[in-house]
Order: sequence, then C-alpha cells, then structure tokens
Amino acid sequence: MADNITLTIDGHPVSADPSQTVLDAARSAGVAIPTLCHHKDLLPYGGCRLCLVELRQGKRSQLVASCGYYAKAGLEVHTRSPRVLRARKLVLEVLLALMPYSEEIRRLAHENEVTETRYQRTMHYCVLCGLCVRYCDEVKHTNCIGFVGRGVERNVAWVPPDRYDQTCRTCFECMSLCPTGVFPSNFGLAEV
Amino acid sequence: MERFSSPRDLDQARQSAAQSRQGRLTLSLCSGTGCLANRSRPVYEALIAELDKAGAADKVIVKRTGCHGFCERGPILVVYPQEICYLSVQPDDVAEIVAKTVLKGELVDRLLWKQAGKTFTRQSDIPFYSHQTRQVLAHNSLMDPADIDDYIGYDGYAALADVLANRTPQQVIDEIKRADLRGRGGGGFPAGVKWETTRNAADPVKYVIVNGDEGDPGAYMDRSVLEGAPHSVLEGLIIGAYAIGATAGFFYIRQEYPLALTNTLKAIEQAEARGLLGDNILGSPFSFHVKVHQGAGAFVSGESSALVSAIEGRVGEPRLKYIRQSVSGLFGKPTCLNNVETWANVPLIIRNGADWFRATGTEGSKGTKIFSLVGQVEHTGLVEVPMGTTLRQIIYDIGGGIKSGRKFKAVQTGGPSGGCIPEAHLDTPVDFDALTQLGSMMGSGGMIVMDESSCMVDVARYFVEFLKEESCGKCLPCREGIREMVTILNRITQGQGRPGDIAFLEDIAVLLSEAALCGLGTSAANPVISTLRYFRDEYEAHIHAKTCPAGVCKALIAYTIDAERCQGCGACAKQCPTKAITGEKKAAHRIDQKKCVKCGVCLDACPKKYRAVAKVSSVSVVPEAVQTA
Repeated sequence: MADNITLTIDGHPVSADPSQTVLDAARSAGVAIPTLCHHKDLLPYGGCRLCLVELRQGKRSQLVASCGYYAKAGLEVHTRSPRVLRARKLVLEVLLALMPYSEEIRRLAHENEVTETRYQRTMHYCVLCGLCVRYCDEVKHTNCIGFVGRGVERNVAWVPPDRYDQTCRTCFECMSLCPTGVFPSNFGLAEV
Repeated sequence: MERFSSPRDLDQARQSAAQSRQGRLTLSLCSGTGCLANRSRPVYEALIAELDKAGAADKVIVKRTGCHGFCERGPILVVYPQEICYLSVQPDDVAEIVAKTVLKGELVDRLLWKQAGKTFTRQSDIPFYSHQTRQVLAHNSLMDPADIDDYIGYDGYAALADVLANRTPQQVIDEIKRADLRGRGGGGFPAGVKWETTRNAADPVKYVIVNGDEGDPGAYMDRSVLEGAPHSVLEGLIIGAYAIGATAGFFYIRQEYPLALTNTLKAIEQAEARGLLGDNILGSPFSFHVKVHQGAGAFVSGESSALVSAIEGRVGEPRLKYIRQSVSGLFGKPTCLNNVETWANVPLIIRNGADWFRATGTEGSKGTKIFSLVGQVEHTGLVEVPMGTTLRQIIYDIGGGIKSGRKFKAVQTGGPSGGCIPEAHLDTPVDFDALTQLGSMMGSGGMIVMDESSCMVDVARYFVEFLKEESCGKCLPCREGIREMVTILNRITQGQGRPGDIAFLEDIAVLLSEAALCGLGTSAANPVISTLRYFRDEYEAHIHAKTCPAGVCKALIAYTIDAERCQGCGACAKQCPTKAITGEKKAAHRIDQKKCVKCGVCLDACPKKYRAVAKVSSVSVVPEAVQTA
C-alpha cells in the first residue's frame, strides 16, 4: 500500500490513501456527500451526479464526480461551495420530479432545500443508477439484467427475458441495493 | 503487388508512377458520395464506353477520385493537365466531351462554370475554389483512392520513409509540437502533447486510434477525407504509431459511411501488400498493425471514452475519465486518439516541415481547416481554408452569399453541440478560440448557414431533439435535462410557452454544463444558450406575443387572403389539400383557419401579379389559430 497523502476537504486537511476516491476520503473524514449510484463494492459509475464536488487549483475550478476521482496530494476539495450546491440542487430537482415517493430522494431534497420541481412529473420506478445491473455483473458475474434502449428509452431488463426464471429466483441480492425502494416491492408483487 | 523492402523501392515506385502519368490526358471524375448520388457511376460507364468507341482508351487515364468539394454541382469531371472543370456532367454529355475535349482539345462551353458574366475553365480559378487553400484536400481531385500507387506518385508515404530512416520518435513528436497541430475533432487539444504523454506513459503496450465517428447533421469532412484520401490518414497514423511507440492501431468508422469503410479497408490491404504496414515496415525494425472497427450508429461513440468502450466490445457509452486516455485508454493501455483530419495533416507536416505548416493560420490555431458549408448559401460543398479566415469570407466569397437574395441570419458551427453566430460577428476570424468565445465552437467543421426564413427557436429545438435521440442515458442530467428542454422548446414553438420558460431553460443549461458526465452532455445546451444569447427576442415573441417572427412555427402563423388584391382566379383553392379556401369565381376568396393545415401551397399558387395570399404571424390573427391547435 502506498503512503498516505494529504488533501484538504472544505478547508480541513484530510489524510487518505491514493487508491481512495475523494468520496471515500471525505466519508472516512466524516464529511457527508450524497450519492445514489455509488456502492463500495462496485466500480465507480458516475451516473447520478449527486456526488459532484468542486476542485480548485489557483483560479481554476472544476466540478468532478467524487466517486470516480482519486485522492491526490494537495488537492483542494470543496463539498458545499455555492457551485456544488447549485449543481446538486438542480440534480435533485430532476429526481424529485421522477420519483417524489422515494423516501431517500425526499430526504436528500429536504436536506438541500429543494421543495419544488418545475420538471414534468412522469411516473418512473427507476433512476437508472445501475446498482442492480452492476452488482449482477461485477459481483455475481451472472449478467441476468442489463440496460436496454438508449437515452430516454433506457431501461433495466432481463437479457434475455427468461434469465429471471433461470437465475434470479434463487438470488435477489440486487434488490436491497435499490435506492428508490421501488424495485423490491415490484419484485414482491411479481412473486405473488 | 510488389512488396517494398527499403525506402529505395518506394522511391522507384514513385518515379514510375509519376512517369506513367506524363503526356497522358487524365479524366478525373468525382466519385465521392455526393457525386455518386448525382449519378456519377453512369457517367463513368458512359465515359469508358465512349472512349472505347473513339479508340482513345489507351491515350487517357480515367480516374474515379474522392470528393472535389463543389458537391452542389456534381458530378464533377476535371481534365488534366489543363485542369478543365466540367460541372453537373450527365451521361448524355459524355459523347461531346470525348469528341471535343479528348480528341480535339476543344472546350464544351455549356458545362463550364459561369459567374458574374465570366466563364471559368480551370477548376482552381472558380471563385468557390480560388478563395480556398486546399492542403489536406489538395490531391483529392487527382488521386484514385483505391490505388496506392497513385498516392505514392504524389509523394505518398515519403514522409513515412523519411521518418523511419532519418528521425527518432522524439524528433517526430517535436516536429508535430512545433507545428502546433491542434486536434481537428473539436476540442483543439495539441496533438503533439497528446502524443508525448502517450509515449511517456509507463505501459509498453500502446494504441493509436483514428476517430472517424463524424455524426454532426450536415457535416461530411472526415467522410470525404476517408473516401478520397484514406492513404494520407493511414500514413499519418503509422507515423504517429512510430513516434508514440504503438504497435497496433484502430480506425473507428461509422457504419453509415460505406464508401469510407471500403476505401479504408482497401488502403490497409494495399499498404500491407506493399510492406508499408505490418511487420518490419520498409525493411525497418518498426512493425505496426491496423484494424478497422465499424460503428453501430451511436453519435455518442464519437466521445473518446465511449469510442474506446465500443472497440473493446462493450456498449459505446462514456465512462468517468479522470485519468487521461493517453495514460489509460483502450484495454487500460495508453491510447492516443485523434480525428481523421488531424491524422491526415501529419504526413504534410513531416514532408513540408513545421514552419511550412505554421505559416498558415492564426496565433493560436495553425494550418487549415475543412468545413462543410451547407444550408442557405448559393454554393454548398466542402471547403478548406486557412485558420483565421472570417466567416464572412467563407459564406460570401466562397459560398457566394445567401440563396435567392435573402438576408443572412445566423451560421451554426460545431455541430449539434455548437452554437449560432449572428451577423454582428461575421467578421470574426475562424479559429478554435474565437468561436468558443462567441459561445459556439469549431467542432469538427460543420457550418450551416441560415437566412431570415429560419426561426432560431425552431433551430434550437431541432438540435436539442437530435441530442435527445443520441443521448446514451447513462447520466441523469443529460437524459432528463435534454428531455425536458425538448418539451419546453416544443411548447414554445407550439404557442404554449409560459412566462418562466426562458429562466427554466437557462437552469437546465447550467445543470447540463455543470453536472453531465461527458462532452455530449456538457455541451448539449449550447444550441439553446447561443440562440438565447443572440436571439432572445425571438423566444420572447413566441412566449409572450405568441408570434413567430420568422414565420416558421406552424402554430403561430396563418395564411390570409387580401380581399382587395384577390381576383378570384381560384388557383389557390384548386391546390389547397384540405379544401380550406372558398369563394365565388372572380370574387375574393377566403381561408377557413380551422381547416387550414398551413402547408403554404396557396402562397406559392397565387399568381405573382396578384400577390393576394400572405403569411402572417401577428397577435390579431394567431390566437384563433392557437386555440384550434
């Protein structure tokens, strides 16, 4: 293991292993960064964009997904700067329209003072965070489910459809990962 | 095909290719995609048959070449060495061309270009060409892309031979860096720096890639280079591989470009047979292999991390890339990815030197750039100009100005993620930095000219709609932000715009540019941002006054008949597809707005001498129309 390096997060020096992401480093130092598509056992994905943080270097400033950016010595990270909060609120405004019933999303929206959304409310059961798909691939190596379709047509589906009967009935491990709370209940309904 | 085992072999081949050209008439017929669509193939067949009949087949060389650029007037036939340029040549014209020009050396006047009372014989004298500086496209109208010897005859692979025999990889990189060659794919990143980072990366296995996934609506620069000069791209790639230390390379070519694909595959096959590609190139210790990967129809695959995923055999979706491709790219190895046009510039720089390349262009952008000039200009086609040429020069001097005398409104550069530039900035020199400052970008070189009959809200809607179709959907801001933008723009153009819509669009633009995962997402709002910046009044007119100033948005316009001008000839009523026009003969007619589908046929049908039908978009007419919509 490489030697620890020091970066600053919100003005405080934080010690981290260079193999850690900025998100991990922040969380181990007790700094909260919201995420939906992150999971400690899965590779960084960068889909939900909630974990955006600001990196400053002199006059330069850049927003990056902290779940995929690795800690470097001397990095100046801001997790609650105006630029970060503005982007985070805009992302939460979308999420609030997509799934107003999700407790997790309501909680995050509340924490970040997002109370209303201007987006069209369209019923969605999935934020396409990909946790279930990636778990099935990276941890279980079974690839029963995958993404199908592109853009707004994107969806999670069994590929091919009969994979459900073959493998999923005895697994269901991905269900507990769903950040929306909808996937498990859907499954429950399907089982009845 | 004979294999070259030393630079000397190549030299001899060049001399004999050049010799075989001498003293013979060359008929060079454009067979790029544009001219093929204009029936260039039957012209070729007629030409062969006619030459045979005249017994002149062995006196002339007939070449099917890549794109000549003046696509609007295709098929183009150029007779060398005199460079006589015949335009819009049809099979019926061939007999006359052979009888007069080939056999007697006379001109066929009616096929020559005429402009402002003058007739132009030589291709390079035609204003469309004379204002250009064709470097990358220099030999496009001379070479048969399917014949490696033709390319060799025009100094092809001389740069490669020079590099392998006389220069170290570092010297090659230094030359490219000194030339200040910037990536032609859009970003404008210095190619030499990218090469050097890849070379210096620790991993000994490295890759080079040609990004030929050009997908912008209306753009076909890379397509034409791959179709017409695949060997120059390949030569550039081999030189790059030598400099970087790569042993394998990939062409990523979109499936929608069948001719580019065919010609590239042929080029690779011939280069391998000639010993210019493969093991021990030209007898040197350097070996390099190339494969072609076909795209599967995703615009987003032009994004470097998505392209790499696609070559790896996975879904072409962008990845988090906080580690540069030049350090960890394809299969986790250091990878140098450049655009088609960038690679095609490499042999030119090596052959002529960095100073020659630097002599053209502006302070920050050197060399030339190819643009596809399309839209409402008189002369459309593929143009190559020095960096720093103004938009006005491109549109007016080369393009001949706006079609049918209408007024210029905006030029859209940089593809769907670019922006619209208004008249006030027409004198801006075109380079990477100046276009970015104007809120647009160079992109890969698309240039769509719009006149006063274009509605800028509708234009923004078109491009955002395109991006909605092409967004991969992986990250939330791009997938949902673009979807919402399309909804808002649709309702604005349908007369249902709401007071807060502009502010909401601006917020979504921030969401996209700040939070999206890849370049497609972060630039997706550019069409909206740039039109809001320069044409905000049009948005306001749509939302508040419910009018479309350009008269494009159907929900906001109406066709009316001026009762005083109408003579009751019935021409409009006869052609109206919905029978919305009624009236007695010789009495003023009337349009029933409830039945009218706003096709505009009545406007065209009304005789010029009456001009009784008018298209209007004003508060007094439209509310009724909006309500019925």
